[in-house]
This record gives sequence, C-alpha cells and structure tokens, in this order.
Amino acid sequence: MSTMIQTDTQAAVRSKKADAEQYNRRADGTRRPWYSTLIARVVMIALSLLFLLPLYWMIASALKSDEELAQFPPTLIPSSWQFGNFVEAVTAMPFLTFFANSAIITVSVVVLSVLSNFVIAYGFACIDWPGRDRMFYVVIATLFLPFPVTLIPMFDLWARLGLVNTLFPLIIPAAFGSAFYVFLLRQFMLQIPRAMLDAARVDGASEWRILWTIAFPTSLPALTTVAIFAAVASWNDFMGPLIYLQDQDVQTLSIGLQTFRSVNAQDVSFNLLMAASFLVILPLLILFFVFQRYFIRGITIGGFK
Amino acid sequence: MSSPQAVDSRTAGPGRAAARAAVAAQSARPRPGRSTVRRRNLRTGLLFISPWMVGVLIFIVYPVAYSIGLSFTRYSGMEAPTWVGLQNYVTAFLDPLVRTSVGNTVFYAVIAVPLGLIVALSLALAMNQNVREVALYRTIFYAPSLIPAFAMSFIFIVFLNPQFGVFNQVLGIFGGSNVNLLGDPTGVKIAIILMAQLGAGNAALIFLAGLRNVPRTVYEAARVDGAGPIRQFISITFPLLTPVLLFNLITGVSGALQVFTEAYIVTNGTGDPDAGALFYMMYLYKNAFGFAELGYASALAVLLFLVGLALALLIFWLSRRFVNYDVEAG
Repeated sequence: MSTMIQTDTQAAVRSKKADAEQYNRRADGTRRPWYSTLIARVVMIALSLLFLLPLYWMIASALKSDEELAQFPPTLIPSSWQFGNFVEAVTAMPFLTFFANSAIITVSVVVLSVLSNFVIAYGFACIDWPGRDRMFYVVIATLFLPFPVTLIPMFDLWARLGLVNTLFPLIIPAAFGSAFYVFLLRQFMLQIPRAMLDAARVDGASEWRILWTIAFPTSLPALTTVAIFAAVASWNDFMGPLIYLQDQDVQTLSIGLQTFRSVNAQDVSFNLLMAASFLVILPLLILFFVFQRYFIRGITIGGFK
Repeated sequence: MSSPQAVDSRTAGPGRAAARAAVAAQSARPRPGRSTVRRRNLRTGLLFISPWMVGVLIFIVYPVAYSIGLSFTRYSGMEAPTWVGLQNYVTAFLDPLVRTSVGNTVFYAVIAVPLGLIVALSLALAMNQNVREVALYRTIFYAPSLIPAFAMSFIFIVFLNPQFGVFNQVLGIFGGSNVNLLGDPTGVKIAIILMAQLGAGNAALIFLAGLRNVPRTVYEAARVDGAGPIRQFISITFPLLTPVLLFNLITGVSGALQVFTEAYIVTNGTGDPDAGALFYMMYLYKNAFGFAELGYASALAVLLFLVGLALALLIFWLSRRFVNYDVEAG
C-alpha cells in the first residue's frame, strides 16, 4: 500500500515537472518566448476582476455602515468593517426560518432526485427491453418543453389538494425524475460493462440487487453531479416559492429576502440585504469549492454527448 | 460477476472471437425461451422507469392538456371555468400590454442571445489558454453563475443606484452625469441583459468541452500549412464548435423567452418604468397570480409554448445547414 502511494507521488512530481515544461513549449516542441503568454494573462486578469466584482461589491456593501453606504463617491474598501451587519440581517427578518425552509426543501429534493433519477436511468441504461430507445426519445423531447405551459394547471392541482402554502409542491415533483438528470445519468451508466451486469444476472441476482451492488458504486460520481445540480437549482429557485409560498413561516430565503426588501421598499437597508444575500450564497460557494470537478463534469456531459 | 475475461468488445483485441464464443456458449445453456426473457425484461424495464412515466403523465401530459383546455375559458381559480371559445386568443392579439411584453422579450432575446454566445465563447477561449494558473481563471469566471438571479439582482440594484452606486462614479470619470438606468424603460432592459452576461459560465464550460474535443493534430497540420491563429479559429475551431453552439443557442433562446426573476426583482414585481421590463413571463405571471385571470394566462402560456416549439424546430432546421458533425466522426 505504502509503495503504491510512493509511486503515485513520484508520478505526480514527474508530471508536474512535465507540465511546467509543457507550458513553455509549443505543440511542435519549440520554446515559446517569455512574453507570449503575457497578453493572455493581462486579458484574463482584467476579466477576472470584472467577474469578481459583483461578489466583491456584495461583501464590501455588506460590511459598510448605513452612512458609508449612502456616501458618494462610494468607497471601494469599507472604512470600518461592520461585522454586526450580519447579526442584524439575521435578526431583522425571520432568517433562520427561511434558512430552515430552504434547507428542508433542498435536502428533500436532493435525496428524492438522486433516488428517482438513478432508478429511472438504470431502466434506460442497464436493462435491455424492446422499445427502450424509442421511449428515451420521449425523455429527450420533454427536455425542450417550456415549463410555463404547465405552471397554471400545476398550481390549480396543488391548490385543489390544499397544499399551497406548504413545502410539498416544491418537493414532491423531484420523486418522479427529471429529463435532464435521467439523460445525464444514462450517458454515464451506459459505460458500466455489460458483462459485469450479465454475470450478476447469471449468478441469480435480482435487478434491484444489481442496481445497488454494481450500478450504485460505479455511478457515484454522476450521482454526485446530480445531487449538486439539484441542490443548487432548488436553493436558488425563485419562481416556485413565489407562487406556492405566501405565508412568512413557510417561505424560503429567495422569496423571504425579496419580501423583506419590498416591505421596506422606501428605505431598505441595502447593507443588511447584501449581508443576508451573502449568507444565502455562502453554502453554494462552499459546495462549489469542495465539489468543483463534479460541477464541471456534469455541465460538460449534459451539454455535449 | 468478477470474471476477469470481461467481455468488453471495445477492449478485446485478438481474444475478441474467443470472448464471443464464450458468450455464445453461455447463452446456449438451458434457460427460458427468448421471448420469455424479452417479456420479463420489458416488465422489469417498465417497472424501473415507472416513476418517470407517472411523472410525465402528472407533470407534463395532464398540465399541457389542461392548459389548452383552460385557455378557452374564463377561470379565476375559485368557481368553475366558463367556456368562452377563442375569446382569450382574440384578446391576446388586441391587448397592448401583450404587444409591449412581446416587444420587450424580443428586444431582450435579440441582444442577449447573440451577446451571451459571444461572451461564453470568449470565456471558453480564455479558460482554454495554456497558462499554468488557468484553473484559477476557470473558477473565477464560473463563480458568478452560482449567484442566484435574485441575489444578483439585489447586487445590481445597489450597483446602479443613482445616488451612491459605483456605476455613476465610473460614468463620472468619463464625464457622464448621473443616470438612473433602472428608471428608464430601455435602460432597465439593458441592465438585465448585462446582468445575464455574468452568468455565462455554464455555457462557457460547454464551449470549453467542445474546444478540448478538437484534435490537436488538426491545428498542427494547419500551422504547417501556414495558418495564423485567426485563420485557425475561423477555419477549424468555429466549424467544429457548431454542435455545441447549437446546444447553447437552444438553451439561450428558451431562457430568453422565459426571462422573469431578474425583471421581477429589479422592478419589485411591477415591470415598470413604463412597462419597460414587463417581459412576456412577467405579464403571464401577473395575469395568473395578480389578476386571477387563469384562463387568459393559460392562453398566453399556450401561445408561448407554440412560439417556443416553432423556434426550436426552426433552429434545428437551420442547423442542418451550419452544424458540422465531423468532429464526432473523427
């Protein structure tokens, strides 16, 4: 075991050296002049500043005092850092209630999405049944369906079930799969060697057993991608909560913050709004930095194949 | 299950025939008839995808049919719908606010979709530069895509504030006077379009995947033939990116038709000034949930559905002329 790790490290060191070499060379092996990447770097640093600006402005505004925020010209760096704004933002509105509702919805949606889409994708990728691929075209077709056309009937249905102003309309649909996630998982699960599945079948394992013992461990990276996508989409959703959640005690962060802002429309404290918004984004930023490669892989699988 | 001579036809070299024979021998063993297996597989397969089938019925077939039905009625959500025939559609064609909202949405789409493709492609080219810290740039360019539309809108409200916003300070440097971009019917649309460009990270990553799929040898051959970087982009990169471009174009158009959250937040749900940010989805939402005109809103939804479908078909039809699938064959 330890030798394996050692060789791994050696390989890593070697490849790092090779990488460094590679950056200084053209594809045909000739050495690049030192200034060749300079222009590219300058452009990219400028672009980076532009793309970091909204996030920076959010944090800077969140830390400013009321007086400093109203100052013109605006200060780039807060002169005194008001960390108390974060505490005030959390107490100025039922932030914890909003946070809990968002968390309940997001966690439920993630669990249901992963389970339902995994089982469905297994049916499309690992079992050979007549008509399967034609049925899969229907999945693809529903990808392009504009959702507004389903908006009013769904509201009507949930209203008649008496479930408006509960979290259910935002959670239950996740239990029935979604075309995009089924598509993404199927592409991944088609790579599971058929021989492995067939061998398990010959040994008398049921499909349900194969699903959990073979397909689940091999599909874990793709399932992680689905979990992350579902989490981000659910956490950031605005229109769903806007339509279904009217009472403050069931509202999520997205709609709760908007309510806070429109109730205090005349003199809303933007530093508090920015502080609260930053607290909303923080879990996403953490998720992104921890699972970065799953984000990138998921987006590229979904868009390309 | 752990059979080492796994029958993977792709990896099998000379042992391929033997592996096939092994499979044939295996399937020659006594087992239930072929049709019985097929029927059992059909049953199991359908069982596994049954959640999706139920979902399609409840969340797609039923609502689409019900929307079409409701669009011929007057319905407030309280009492039973009353049949009004084509009246909602007639009203929609005469409604000046429908005209305004369609105009706003077209304005948005015509600028935001091409601009979005250019920004995303530029970002992808930047993300594909051969410099050591490129992973850092990728992270930075993608980060704003994580910020939810509502929070990004709050940031822009602070940013563009006529009294203390940084936007006016920048204008001041260039000798401009105070502008309230969000107080102008065209300005508010432009602000929303600019805001959307910061979320180009998703489309950029899809372009990036396309860029990395272009074989290096093609570029090397072009360089030998004396093609410079611009020539290489026009003759190689761009044609080979067209399949990805098609995907991003369709997502872009469908997103533009449905632009809602940013406009709702920035205008606090009004769509003002002068209905300048009243996009089609905003007007649909207002009719459904503000005025309780669910029948009329359904007619608007059906029209949007038809337009979306027509645009998707048009794009697919056009794509047969410009999309190049050579890269997948190669």
